Amino acid sequence: MATVGQACLILALGSCLYGVGVSLVGARTGREALARSGRRALYALFLLALVAFLILEFAFLTSDFHYTVVASNSSTTTPWYYRLAAMWSSQAGSLLLWLTLAAGWSALCVVMLRGRLRDVAPYAVAVLLGFGAFFTAVMLFGASPFETVAVAPAEGVGLNPLLRYPSMMIHPVMLYSGYTLFTIPFAFAIGALIVRRVDAEWVRATRVYALAAWLALGIGVILGARWSYGELGWGGYWAWDPVENASLLPWLTGTAFLHSIKIQERRGMMKIWNASLVLATGTLAILGTFLVRSGVLDSIHAFIEEGKIIPWSFTTLVVVMIAGSVYLVITRRNDALRSESKLDSLLSREAAFLANNVVLVMIAFVVLWGTFFPLISEALTGTKEAVGPPWFDRYAVPLALILVLLSGIGPMIAWRRTSASLLWRSLRGPALVALLVALLSVVITPTSSQISAMIMFVVGAFAIAVCLQELWRGTRARMAMTGDGPLSSFRQLLSRNRARYGGFIIHIGIAVLFIGIAASSSFQNVRDVRLAVGEQATVAGYTFNRVKPTAQIDQRGGKLERINFGSQVRVTKDGKYVTTLAPSADYYPANGPMLGAVSTYFAGEATSEIGLQAGVTKDIWLAESPDISSLMPIVRRGDAVFAKAMKAGLAPQASSIFLAAALDGLVTRYRSSPPPSQFRIIVNPMVFWVWVGALIVFLGGLIAAWPAVGGVRDRVRARQAARVAKELGRV
Amino acid sequence: MNPARKRRVRMIVALSCAVILVGALAYTSFSAASTVVQPSQLLASTNPSQSYQLTGKVVSGSLVRGRNEIRFRVRDRSNARSVAVRYSGAVPDPFREGREVIINVRSAGAGAPPHSFIGEKDTLITKCPSKFRESAPAPGGAATKKS
Repeated sequence: MATVGQACLILALGSCLYGVGVSLVGARTGREALARSGRRALYALFLLALVAFLILEFAFLTSDFHYTVVASNSSTTTPWYYRLAAMWSSQAGSLLLWLTLAAGWSALCVVMLRGRLRDVAPYAVAVLLGFGAFFTAVMLFGASPFETVAVAPAEGVGLNPLLRYPSMMIHPVMLYSGYTLFTIPFAFAIGALIVRRVDAEWVRATRVYALAAWLALGIGVILGARWSYGELGWGGYWAWDPVENASLLPWLTGTAFLHSIKIQERRGMMKIWNASLVLATGTLAILGTFLVRSGVLDSIHAFIEEGKIIPWSFTTLVVVMIAGSVYLVITRRNDALRSESKLDSLLSREAAFLANNVVLVMIAFVVLWGTFFPLISEALTGTKEAVGPPWFDRYAVPLALILVLLSGIGPMIAWRRTSASLLWRSLRGPALVALLVALLSVVITPTSSQISAMIMFVVGAFAIAVCLQELWRGTRARMAMTGDGPLSSFRQLLSRNRARYGGFIIHIGIAVLFIGIAASSSFQNVRDVRLAVGEQATVAGYTFNRVKPTAQIDQRGGKLERINFGSQVRVTKDGKYVTTLAPSADYYPANGPMLGAVSTYFAGEATSEIGLQAGVTKDIWLAESPDISSLMPIVRRGDAVFAKAMKAGLAPQASSIFLAAALDGLVTRYRSSPPPSQFRIIVNPMVFWVWVGALIVFLGGLIAAWPAVGGVRDRVRARQAARVAKELGRV
Repeated sequence: MNPARKRRVRMIVALSCAVILVGALAYTSFSAASTVVQPSQLLASTNPSQSYQLTGKVVSGSLVRGRNEIRFRVRDRSNARSVAVRYSGAVPDPFREGREVIINVRSAGAGAPPHSFIGEKDTLITKCPSKFRESAPAPGGAATKKS
């Protein structure tokens, strides 16, 4: 099967190269048959990538350790659903996932075009197939997922235990969907600029995919943050790591594009800016993929360096994308990208969107600068330097405050121009709400030193009030018009203008999310403490009492999967019972000929299983790291006993029975004489609202992206009318 | 003011703002940055008052867990030159001997053993678990082939 998989990749590369050629010739000569053949090459690429993807997934599912990638990332003790996700924890597997998703989304896009943008599409198809050729070639010459060994090992390394978390199964898929979907607007922008047709139809086609990419990338980022908070033992959800930043960059510029494209749609303005933004977003999406694989920056998320092929090929691709984009924008600036109208007033929706774009691009620039600062500093001074989270926060916090404020003001300003008095009439209610929240913040927040957090509460409340006011006004107007109830009217309101009202819901979600971030990062209480059983610690008024130890052995398919050591911790406040948490640490076995029979079970990965009481106002978060050094002399003695017995000819079956008894004894020993454990205790206010805010954002995004029934109907009617007109013309 | 002149003035103002922003970013990033080093660079020269971002691998057999801190050595990725690090604070789950880490350190100062450093609290990070590749278990000397 590996041979079939490899053949699929070779055929896919051939299909891409053929498709690029015929699409370009078809576009230049206007021969539709060649353009059609190019589109078919794209469909073929998708089918071939899908077959290769399924072959590799089957190998993971059946634990076929002939495949190097399967043996290095999976095992028979890995649950079947995590085996499927183990594929993209490897460099080669993730490249195949990228290719499959890119080919799938591109094929879907071309199908959905249904003959529109006939002159632009062949160039776009050529660009998309170019990406396909690039990723296929990287796999064939740099990191093949179908590398095999003649004799398979008996067991694989297994999926890293930290990745055995539900959201990690879909986090990479969503992230890569975002990246790959952003290449579609990029490809169509290149096509539109080549044929000098940056018109309304291009805007419509581009916006849908930009919105879908924005949504998928956002979901991917938030799932990664949730995994970090819920699975890793440090209690945070964002660390400003280069690879995290790389996923944020296209999301930020994509957000800017989704706003500014509205100005082009309504007023025919900002065409250069929009083309630049969409091209930059596509390039940043590739850069995000590149940073994970290049090793050019020290990142905790970067794949290990595997030769020079991958860094050099990605660098070349990014340079080509930037050079091509700059050339096209400069050469088209005086015709296809010429603005059709001018900014009438600074008090207009256009100006507000422009301000929003400037802020978003500034945030993106700050993140880009900080991320690449090690390379910049090395180029300028010869010394590699890096900036940490405080530097990012210094710029990101004030810019985020302005952004949330603008998300409240912007939608209330009319297109072209409005008067200050009219604007004030719309904003005075929300301003009153903001004032009340400001007073409340001063009264109830524990310290006035966290001024930026308090400002965020105020501007967040203002933005939420503006959006709710607009949703309520629209609903009330529909109720008056139709006589329907509020729920029915609200539903009608959403369905009549999904982009506008979906946008309001997104703004509410963003404000909620930022309020959650501000509260949880500014008013967090953290304490690292070592506790024996019976001891207690106090954090933020809560008392944490380590009541008793817990220990157990988990098996899967007759094999030991992990040993779990933990504690029951009773939490009280002012003497009243709050909850009981059960943090623990899992110890997974390692593979290695030099490891002892017992110590092998402590030589693998150890992961924290956190204890969490999530609440609307605060989370109580607890991670435990047992000090098992006191058990290690016993483990080593066990190793020696087993080594001696094996030398004396102990049968493997008897060895397994004795080993199980030895591990049982170890677990019992842990329960009866538990060692002290290191605990990280966090009382974290309002983290709940970070996840709720994200959910609201994605709900709004779904509403905005959902195809309008009326739109489809109108298109069908228009097509029917065109057909009738054509037939009448023939008569 | 004629429209062309107005446009030029606007462009100059916008470019000036951009230059000021980049200048501010450059100034603050250089003043707030830590030098990125590997252990061999720290062994060559160290400024006692400076903070460094140390990257390297945890030396096998060097990890000692104390009551309130851990001690370990970090070596270059490509050779055995190493420095000692004392650290208290959150230790990421994937942290273990042989693994690549990034940590902000300062010189332990006078009285401490030479080439020993103190890790700043909560700055220890380890390679993301999705990205390190364990070598596949040996199948008994079988050669790797490309299908």
